[in-house]
Amino acid sequence: MTESTYRIRGATGDWEVVIGLEVHAQVTSKAKLFSGAATAFGAEPNAQVSLVDAAMPGMLPVPNRECIRQAVRTGMAIDAQINKWSRFDRKNYFYADLPQGYQISQLYHPLVGEGSLVVEADEKAGIPADKRIGIERIHVEQDAGKLMHDQHPTMSYVDLNRSGVALMEIVSRPDMRSPAEAGAYVRKLRSILRYVGSCDGNMEEGSMRADVNVSVRKPGDEFGTRTETKNVNSVRFVMQTIEHEARRQVDLIEDGGKVVQETRLFDPSTGTTRSMRSKEDAHDYRYFPDPDLLPLELDDAFLDECRESLPELPDAKRRRYVEDLGLSAYNAQVLTAEVETARWFEALLLETATAQGKQPADVAKQAANWLISEFFGALNKAGHELEDSPVGHAQAAELLALIGKGTISGSIAKQVLEKMLETGDGAAAIVEREGLKQESDSGAIEAAVDKILADNADKVEQYKAGKEALFGFFVGQTMKAMQGKGNPQVVNEVLKAKLG
Amino acid sequence: MTEITELGVAAIRDGVVSGAFSAREVAEAFNANVAAASQLNAFIVTTPEKALEAADKVDADRAAGKPLGKMAGVPIGMKDLFASKGVQTTAASHILEGFKPEYESTVSQKLWDAGAGMLGKLNLDQFAMGSSNETSYFGNVISPWRRNDGGNAALAPGGSSGGSSAAVAARLCPAATGTDTGGSIRQPAAFTGISGIKPTYGRCSRWGIVAFASSLDQAGPMARDVTDCAIMLESMAGFDPKDSTSLDMPVPEWSKALDANLKGKKVGIPREYRMDGTDEEILKSWDDGIAWLKDAGAEVVDVSLPHTKYALPTYYIVAPAEASSNLARYDGVRYGLRELPDGANLQDMYAATRAAGFGDEVKRRILIGTYVLSAGFYDAYYTQAQKVRTLIARDFEKAWAQCDVILAPTTPTAAFPLGDKVDDPLAMYLNDVFSVPASLAGLPAMSVPAAINADGLPLGLQIIGKAFDEQGVLNAGLAIEQRARFSAKPEKWW
Repeated sequence: MTESTYRIRGATGDWEVVIGLEVHAQVTSKAKLFSGAATAFGAEPNAQVSLVDAAMPGMLPVPNRECIRQAVRTGMAIDAQINKWSRFDRKNYFYADLPQGYQISQLYHPLVGEGSLVVEADEKAGIPADKRIGIERIHVEQDAGKLMHDQHPTMSYVDLNRSGVALMEIVSRPDMRSPAEAGAYVRKLRSILRYVGSCDGNMEEGSMRADVNVSVRKPGDEFGTRTETKNVNSVRFVMQTIEHEARRQVDLIEDGGKVVQETRLFDPSTGTTRSMRSKEDAHDYRYFPDPDLLPLELDDAFLDECRESLPELPDAKRRRYVEDLGLSAYNAQVLTAEVETARWFEALLLETATAQGKQPADVAKQAANWLISEFFGALNKAGHELEDSPVGHAQAAELLALIGKGTISGSIAKQVLEKMLETGDGAAAIVEREGLKQESDSGAIEAAVDKILADNADKVEQYKAGKEALFGFFVGQTMKAMQGKGNPQVVNEVLKAKLG
Repeated sequence: MTEITELGVAAIRDGVVSGAFSAREVAEAFNANVAAASQLNAFIVTTPEKALEAADKVDADRAAGKPLGKMAGVPIGMKDLFASKGVQTTAASHILEGFKPEYESTVSQKLWDAGAGMLGKLNLDQFAMGSSNETSYFGNVISPWRRNDGGNAALAPGGSSGGSSAAVAARLCPAATGTDTGGSIRQPAAFTGISGIKPTYGRCSRWGIVAFASSLDQAGPMARDVTDCAIMLESMAGFDPKDSTSLDMPVPEWSKALDANLKGKKVGIPREYRMDGTDEEILKSWDDGIAWLKDAGAEVVDVSLPHTKYALPTYYIVAPAEASSNLARYDGVRYGLRELPDGANLQDMYAATRAAGFGDEVKRRILIGTYVLSAGFYDAYYTQAQKVRTLIARDFEKAWAQCDVILAPTTPTAAFPLGDKVDDPLAMYLNDVFSVPASLAGLPAMSVPAAINADGLPLGLQIIGKAFDEQGVLNAGLAIEQRARFSAKPEKWW
């Protein structure tokens, strides 16, 4: 493993930060882990609570196969060991948001064992290529409900809609060495989850949150004592937590203090962490196998189905874009980071190839370049996301075909795209209506060139005397005279011929 | 004609089906007996209107020529551990006092679907924890049986299904539901001269039964004889997708296949069950049982269940461990009792609610269970107990190579006076010494009445069978029943 050079500067020298993350990802499923209740976000409080979720007397959990399936598929996507035999354990503690008085989780025999993922290289942030982060395990467990403290002056209310919702706890190895690496890990994990479809990765709605374990040490020393900051819910906050914790720990140690193993909370308004409870106050969770549930045994047919249902994953896709489609590494990376982007690109590619009667590989660069350098910016300027783009792939392909056929130039295409986003009209219709068709007729272009050369006889002299930079001036003037509609290639050719 | 309340399940069902009497007449007769027996304290809540309603439905169905269920017209008592929709369901605890579920347990619903009606909710040891019914928040049940010494000492009906056993023995109902975690069907059945079977773990759905120890809890019927148990069990058992531990197997028609001829069958006699301190008369009835089964054609063989002596300590680790977690949900937040002292925070509310809501025995087991699951003790207690549990199950597996069923006493003594052991939990726990091994192994086991001892009290014999072989257990039970000719019943004093 290539080592990170990220260091915390202290009075006694440089310190290295060691980071491990436990990411809780809500499993995409219509029903909860052990009950048939719905899981949609934003429902009225306590509208999605079954008798099981409310822990009524005599109620029993029944595992939801879809949740198990999604966790297995996630495990496969990080090349992890899938345990065909796993078991649920009870984690016992009292809290008002935990109706059963225990959380059903997996301590002793998790569903998914050892796996890993590779984070994106980022030279600027000091992340080397092929930086691999180990993932120790993924287990499935129930979420708790939510306490609402702002509904009554003296009482707290409980909303059990989340109670029993399936979570995957994805536990990394302490393999990260900088906030940037941790950020890249969360982003990559989120990307994979969204590709697999096992979690929507929506951190604002709490579908994904991280417990951040941080310790510091002098490079080469043993691991230091770690703190765990709970429930951090954005990539930025994860990075801030690490920066703050690492600094705090270094200062503490250098001032002669000791880091205590404890649970901390992140305060987004200040970017700092504060102590929640120390190890001494830690709960004794009295884990033991849940006697209401049989061990989970998976057969080969189920595993095969899980494997076969996996989509092409970001790393494989990126390789294919480079190797088969000839895209640059950068473009391939941009297009594969989010599953929606990749899907959009691939749809566009098919439409474009069809519209131009070519093979996808022959139009891939054009489509990728246009998507990244033109479309994303224009979409963003118009205030849209890819998901709600008023311009679909078919319309985009039509525009690309007009460029490809030389009907319009790249610069005219920018105007056309803006109009498409504004009006929702098709590219050809806009070009027709606005008279933006490119002039490729060399006669018309020759006439325009002749006029420009005649009007600028002095510059022609200078050019001929060796000031070749003036060529661009003639091109610009000609294009201007033709209101941008001259075919740049033809304009170039004609100018070259006329200027000798 | 025999009084209706002297009839059992089969006779009532057949009488209703044939028209010898109406279901309403049956319900009224038992309602009257229930109403007249409040001294026994067998019921926490009586529901005569429910019994009548179910009876009227059966009568109407019969009049309309509709098919009638296996329990048609049979009014029963429901142990108050089964959730009854709209009817107070307490597990005999203060913490659930007044709790009316909005759901019906799977087992009770199946019984209603089969044509049974509910006479009321039967008293029990609180959360099914106890062997004498003395831990009930609603006062102990008194056994209808009395010693023949002329004294009037109130006797224990057994536990935890003590309301069930007392009610069936006293003819307040022809049958009742029970649940058995470590002997809670068999021990009270033995104490009161009735039959009761705990089927294979997973036969009856646990959905809607207030949980005590999930890996052990199993519902079963308690009735006057083996045939009635078989009929009722058919109506209680069956796969339930709502219970992950439920057995996905067809339910045999045990009652139709009952056969007391044991030719070709082998009966194992476990030598480790001959324990010191076992009552001489119990040992004698065991010998009688051996003779009866031989008479029925069975071959009797000695078997060894070497880990028997560890069964009780193992049980008293596993069951409390599960209970400590299962009972965590009674916290005053969502239903049941809430004690909220002035200025109390959440922790204070938990403490006050649970201190007031649970009885001493329940607290004792929660403490034991919490202790054995605690960090640093878990391996020494819980893990070790699980290993021993496996060994106990393996003992039985080995025994099945030699025999088809095992015959043993149900309890080490006959019924004891109320108050006798209430201050000595260990002596109380010893009641379960013969019943706990089958529970730990998840095996079907039943108690049938075998004899009346010198004090005039009933004694039971226990038959333990292979997993899923309720038929073998019932058949051996029937063979004993036919030879024991047990016909004693408590003299009415209430």
